[in-house]
Amino acid sequence: MTSETPLETQIALWREYLRRHPSVRSSDVEELEDHLRAQIDGLTAAGLAEDEAFLVAVKRLGNLDAVSREFAREHSERLWKQLVMAPGGEDGEDEAASSRARTEVVVAVVLATLAAIALKVPELFGLHLLAGEGEAAAFYVRNASLFVFPFLAAYLVWKRGVWERDGGRRNPVPGWVPIVLLFVAGLLFANVYPTLEPRHTLALTATHLPIALWLAVGLAYAAGRWCDLARRMDFVRFSGELFIYYSLIALGGIVLTAFTVQMFQAIGLDVEWLVSRWVLPCGALGAVVIGAWLVEAKQSVIENMAPVLTRLFTPLFTLVLLAFLGTMAWTGTGVAVERDVLIGFDLLLVVVVGLVLYAVSARDPEAPPGAFDALQLLLVLAALVVDAFALAAIVGRISDFGFSANKVAALGENVVLLVNLVGSAWLYARFLRGRGSFAALERWQTAYLPVYFAWAWWVVIAFPPMFGFR
Amino acid sequence: MDIGKDLVAASATPLVLAILAEGDSYGYAILKRVGELSDGELTWTDGMLYPVLHRLERLGYVEARWGKSETGRRRRYYRLTQEGRAQLEEQRQQWQVVDATLRGIWKDTLERSSERLRPAPGLRAAWRTT
Repeated sequence: MTSETPLETQIALWREYLRRHPSVRSSDVEELEDHLRAQIDGLTAAGLAEDEAFLVAVKRLGNLDAVSREFAREHSERLWKQLVMAPGGEDGEDEAASSRARTEVVVAVVLATLAAIALKVPELFGLHLLAGEGEAAAFYVRNASLFVFPFLAAYLVWKRGVWERDGGRRNPVPGWVPIVLLFVAGLLFANVYPTLEPRHTLALTATHLPIALWLAVGLAYAAGRWCDLARRMDFVRFSGELFIYYSLIALGGIVLTAFTVQMFQAIGLDVEWLVSRWVLPCGALGAVVIGAWLVEAKQSVIENMAPVLTRLFTPLFTLVLLAFLGTMAWTGTGVAVERDVLIGFDLLLVVVVGLVLYAVSARDPEAPPGAFDALQLLLVLAALVVDAFALAAIVGRISDFGFSANKVAALGENVVLLVNLVGSAWLYARFLRGRGSFAALERWQTAYLPVYFAWAWWVVIAFPPMFGFR
Repeated sequence: MDIGKDLVAASATPLVLAILAEGDSYGYAILKRVGELSDGELTWTDGMLYPVLHRLERLGYVEARWGKSETGRRRRYYRLTQEGRAQLEEQRQQWQVVDATLRGIWKDTLERSSERLRPAPGLRAAWRTT
């Protein structure tokens, strides 16, 4: 279609305007456009100039907002954005887009299947999943993230086309090289160290390697623009949405497996071995890639969920923290310091950092300070005070009983998160008093991300030798 | 004449079905036919025809398919289905009842009002003075 004549330009503008109505599909636009053109043809044949004919035809078509409301009444389902059935598939329009969407589904499913198969490969070498305690269990615990993250990264690399963009021309090192190197490093450090009873450093590796390798996923996601802070924030959003989608898929999976076991039990067959050895572990890995595909596919279709949950839970967490502080002040009891307690406080800080991060990720940096920002500051301050009590107690305990791998790791995490929250509190306060911009807070959060990864790598690489592989 | 919105909306379904009973058609031609049939008295907002057509399609009264116009543009043609034909017949009967009822009462009121409109002699004198 040419848009050289003024009439074509006008029709194109009209079409664009109509397209913006969510209840009007592109096939409806085409139908209405045919009407408009037929009307214009009729009017010009009757002697009107083209631009006059256009105006009359548009007038007769009526108020487009009212028309689109009628469409909405007729097709109310269109206001519920449909994700999986890619819109535009019908009537052969947007062929390229829907075929691209189909390819993407296939790639995601294939990679998810590969991840599931990868999990079963070590069994060929006698390392059985669910072998209880011992070497096999230790092997799976250490390497869990290595079975799936490479496939997740591969999906993102495929999707972003890192291969072409950074390959050879601008950058002498192709974009996928650092990603592969990170995975190789993870594989090495997780497996070359010996593990001795009581295997504390093994547990630390198992919990920190996923965080460390998430950097590789981030590099794949950012496609060579990891240094771009806006891109990093996109990765944060991606991670949050992936977490939510994964949880939803997991819930569905639990229902599915429960039914499977129940139904086969009804006919006297015990399929629990199948479920626990194949369905659950393979499904748990494959779901990560499928979840990533869903997040990518729905990105522009559905509103992000993580910020919505943040809005919901920020007031509640603030309330709980304040109530906790109030009770502690009232009864005068201190924090009983066990290792578990410190890990609990670490998790609390993780949640608070997450709430701040996702509130930041969804906020318009230009908007003036509001009540929600003040609430965020209150949350951060309450978390800081609570954590100060816990930290004081643990430091006392360490000076009494000495260092252990777990205590040092928990303490280190606490410090890493605490520094982030102190910075956030400071920047929030400045922002609320009109002394600083919200963008500074956003920069602080995204610039801080590498610190988490650095700490996780440090735990994976340095802790086992530091603590004698115990 | 401006025909009220509700009446236009109510008559849209039988009118569209009846026009499609004459043969397959498309939006613009249907509206032109409405104009011809009513001597331009019955006018719709053109855009509002399409949601109506889509509703009839959902109800199964019409079928739609994409074809080509004489100038080669993609155009959506509508065809009356068997169900649509039955619906048209039902609507025709309903409208005939409404029509007959209205005719009956209008005949009565017309006769009565024409009697009343013949003014009494005294009144006629009063009119003349004003």
